[in-house]
Amino acid sequence: MTDSQSRALQTAMPWLVMAVFLVAWELACVGFRIQEIILPRPSKVMIVAIERFDILLRFCLETLWTTMLGFLLAIVGGLVLGLAVGASPFVYAGLYPLLIAFNAIPKVAIVPILMIWLGVGATPAVITAFVISFFPIVVNVATGLATIEPEMRDVMRSLGATRYEILTKVGIPRAMPYLFGSLKIAITLAFIGSVISETVGGNRGIGFLMLSAGARNDAPTTFAGLFAIAIMGILMYAVCAMVERRMTRWAFRGEMVG
Amino acid sequence: MTTTAAAPDPLVELRAVSLAYGRGDGATLALADATMSIRKGEFIAVVGPSGCGKSTLMKLVTGLLPATSGEVIVHGETVVRPIKGVGMAFQNPTLMPWRTTLDNVLLPLEVVEPHKRQFRARKAEYAAKAKALLASVGLGDFAEKYPWQLSGGMQQRSNLCRALIHEPEIMMLDEPFGALDAFTREELWGVMQALWLERKFTAVLVTHDLREAVYLADTIYVMSRRPGRVVLKRAIDLPRPRTLASTFDPAFVDIVHELRDRIHQEYA
Repeated sequence: MTDSQSRALQTAMPWLVMAVFLVAWELACVGFRIQEIILPRPSKVMIVAIERFDILLRFCLETLWTTMLGFLLAIVGGLVLGLAVGASPFVYAGLYPLLIAFNAIPKVAIVPILMIWLGVGATPAVITAFVISFFPIVVNVATGLATIEPEMRDVMRSLGATRYEILTKVGIPRAMPYLFGSLKIAITLAFIGSVISETVGGNRGIGFLMLSAGARNDAPTTFAGLFAIAIMGILMYAVCAMVERRMTRWAFRGEMVG
Repeated sequence: MTTTAAAPDPLVELRAVSLAYGRGDGATLALADATMSIRKGEFIAVVGPSGCGKSTLMKLVTGLLPATSGEVIVHGETVVRPIKGVGMAFQNPTLMPWRTTLDNVLLPLEVVEPHKRQFRARKAEYAAKAKALLASVGLGDFAEKYPWQLSGGMQQRSNLCRALIHEPEIMMLDEPFGALDAFTREELWGVMQALWLERKFTAVLVTHDLREAVYLADTIYVMSRRPGRVVLKRAIDLPRPRTLASTFDPAFVDIVHELRDRIHQEYA
């Protein structure tokens, strides 16, 4: 196999695997005569998705909007808290146990509480997305700051740099690859958060659509919803990965030099 | 001025300085009773067995670590916090991978007064100065490259430039050539000597390499094993500029042997 062929194959691999998976699924459904209400054939899901495209799109956009809002809040909050935790041992000692305890709470459990406080609608979904995607950002930013090489710090200190200067000239640039790396994880978590909230109790979004389709025994629509979430997740992940490469080119040096 | 030619005021003075890491029974004494004085413009080297507190000594002089007892005096003042106007270069070049070589070299000017305040206004002038400095160590064409695009020896050259750009009075060199191959290392001795001859900063070099110490230094301090004490002070009066050829002169080799014998006693 030549170099260009192997590269082409590498690009095609995800699509090939996906195609094989869908074909196997289709054949299994037909071969084992699985009822549509248990597991619809992917071709059927596709047909339904096209038929109800406008409805799917509307609910998708609702979910996308709440997810992005929660995600943006998580970036701002996570960055601020991560910087504070990473820069100050006192904040670290005080907040870290609390953060871990908070992260250990299943987020499904807080949705009903949010509903009591805020009612049904977009707000609980935004907050759930925020709460679930915020933790990895904090941890990563804090790690990036806390792992500054002591020698780098010594160089700065011997130049008479203030703590603030060390933070802005070394700490923050150094934490950026950690931040952008965590965004890829956080965005998928944010989708999980908002869909959980919509599923537990909501009147909008793709989670709600799936729930009500499920209640009508409309399995193809439920699965179409699943696919829609997966596609949105992949797209947003790709956007985050792209931003990561743009912003922290230097952290990918291995690939560029080699 | 009370300075006389025979006994000029030292720029850096250590008076019976000790340093212990940790406290109480668990404390380890890294440096004991170190006394030395360094003239302005003098190049000193500190050699000794590993773990003898050489790097500790550097941190004491720059005020990065407070002395447990004794006094470190720079410019006639006791050092209690990190002193300004110091350039530092470590074995690890510690360049910032997100900055180009030029921006790395410019870093001290963004931090050190009075350059910090003028940095924006005089950026072009500073950049020209940094480029000239890079060119003087043979890196003229690499200003826009990132550190990870440079070889180890080139990174260490940039590191020296960064340590020098703000024209510090004191240069602290903690095994700056330690991680390089022998050829590159010997080449950089020449670069270092040329920079020093041109600028006459006061330099403190910590090294394992006795030939390096003799090549570069005016005075060599030999330290004992931990806890480190100064066991020998040796003035090197070989003519400058010293060359690689001169490292094979009998006078040069004799000094290296003398130092080596003294350090071997520490292991006996």
